[in-house]
Amino acid sequence: MDKVIIAENLSLSYKEFETIISKASFSIDAGTFVFITGASGSGKSTLLKSLYGAIEPRAGALMVGGVKMNRISTSKLNFLRRHIGIVFQDYKLIKEWTIEKNVMLPLIISGYTKDISGTQVQKLLGHVKLIHQAGKYPPELSGGEQQRVAMARALAHNPILILADEPTGNLDEYSSEVIWNLLEGANTQLKTTIVVVTHHIPSSIKVPYKHYHIEMGNIHEVS
Amino acid sequence: MKSLKNHISLIIALFTVLFSVQIYVAVDRTISAYENRLKNDYSIIVVSNKALAVTEFKAMDSIIERSEPIATDQVLNRLQGEMTKKNLDLLKLTLPKFYRVYLSRFPTPEEIQKLQKKLEKNPVIERVEGYAQTHDTVYKLMLLFKDVVQIFSIAIAAVTSLLILKEMRLWQFQHAERMSIMALFGAPVWLRSAVLFRLAIVDAIIATIVLCLAFFVIEQYGWMDLLLRTVGISIQLFDFLNDALRSLIIALGVSIILTLTIVIGSEEEE
Repeated sequence: MDKVIIAENLSLSYKEFETIISKASFSIDAGTFVFITGASGSGKSTLLKSLYGAIEPRAGALMVGGVKMNRISTSKLNFLRRHIGIVFQDYKLIKEWTIEKNVMLPLIISGYTKDISGTQVQKLLGHVKLIHQAGKYPPELSGGEQQRVAMARALAHNPILILADEPTGNLDEYSSEVIWNLLEGANTQLKTTIVVVTHHIPSSIKVPYKHYHIEMGNIHEVS
Repeated sequence: MKSLKNHISLIIALFTVLFSVQIYVAVDRTISAYENRLKNDYSIIVVSNKALAVTEFKAMDSIIERSEPIATDQVLNRLQGEMTKKNLDLLKLTLPKFYRVYLSRFPTPEEIQKLQKKLEKNPVIERVEGYAQTHDTVYKLMLLFKDVVQIFSIAIAAVTSLLILKEMRLWQFQHAERMSIMALFGAPVWLRSAVLFRLAIVDAIIATIVLCLAFFVIEQYGWMDLLLRTVGISIQLFDFLNDALRSLIIALGVSIILTLTIVIGSEEEE
């Protein structure tokens, strides 16, 4: 099976004499559903950031989607990001854009035609049950609805990998369920690799998953 | 309202740059027209002991355009009562030839001096009067005026460019969130910054239109034209085709270059 993520002795830090993740070695197969858990400040989000190139490895090697993340060029990083979907706890939607245009963002970046983008966006907004809100702007929606929009955006360009940082952290039960269903659906139907950083794994998860736990800067496989 | 305010700030700054450039161009045109007028009025006086044709003068220096002999009849007529006809005829024969020499363009004081020396070297020429002193004062005043306007225009352009740069920094901060979200999904720099470029281009076009309107009003009002006519000059203050096109190119150039500076600068900061 192809490896989507390979980390070898990976160390991550923001400052020179500080280590957040120390010499982590792990690999994630394509199509796997992965949970990364850990206490607050343990380095879960930092690890996730390194997977989409927001921070560079301090030491060791990291490969994502076959792209080496060490000293990655801007053009390579952009290319990689066009094949990744990211979901943030704070949604990161563009406030001045409509819901429809927000979902369309990865398709605009990838250069899809308006027709293809439009069809795909309508389908996804249907999946997240927000088709009737397409013309609204993010501030007009509730937190749960905004996260569903972010989820639709992450799926829009059929990415090989979805990275989610506490995707249901601030959500109500209904929105959380929609998000988990969508992530599970992407994993089982589209074989998308999913990496979710969270405090705890929801009991409702039905798909088989891999579980890594971060403690004191060390990452170890739980199951 | 906030967005309108931002637009107006950039439009005013760009308009100021364009206006200062146009004023410089207008002053340059005025000086050229004035130089042309001076050139037509200006001539040097040459006294020679032999008749000289225009071609002979032209052969001495290419700046010489034409020559006109100065009639001596008037002086001789005045002497008619005091001298005998024989003496008068003798005087007529021995009297040197006077010429008014016109030049192809308004010369610099150095050019006059050089020309004067060149002509004086010719054995048939006895005397050359270039009126260099008067000419020098007028010419230096004109150059001073031109230089002052040039320095003023450069200073305005520099200050307003800094203001535009500051304004665009503000735009960048306003759009920073959108740009960083787009970056997370792999948008290249040009796509992320498209909004900045779009705003800059729109404002450059508006600033050019405002400039055209301003000069249209100035020309309609006519006081500038009247002022120039009093010194015998008639120029086109603003050419609504060429000047408008040049202003648009300058406005687009300035705004795009400054946007690029901001975009490249923010790339390095990332």
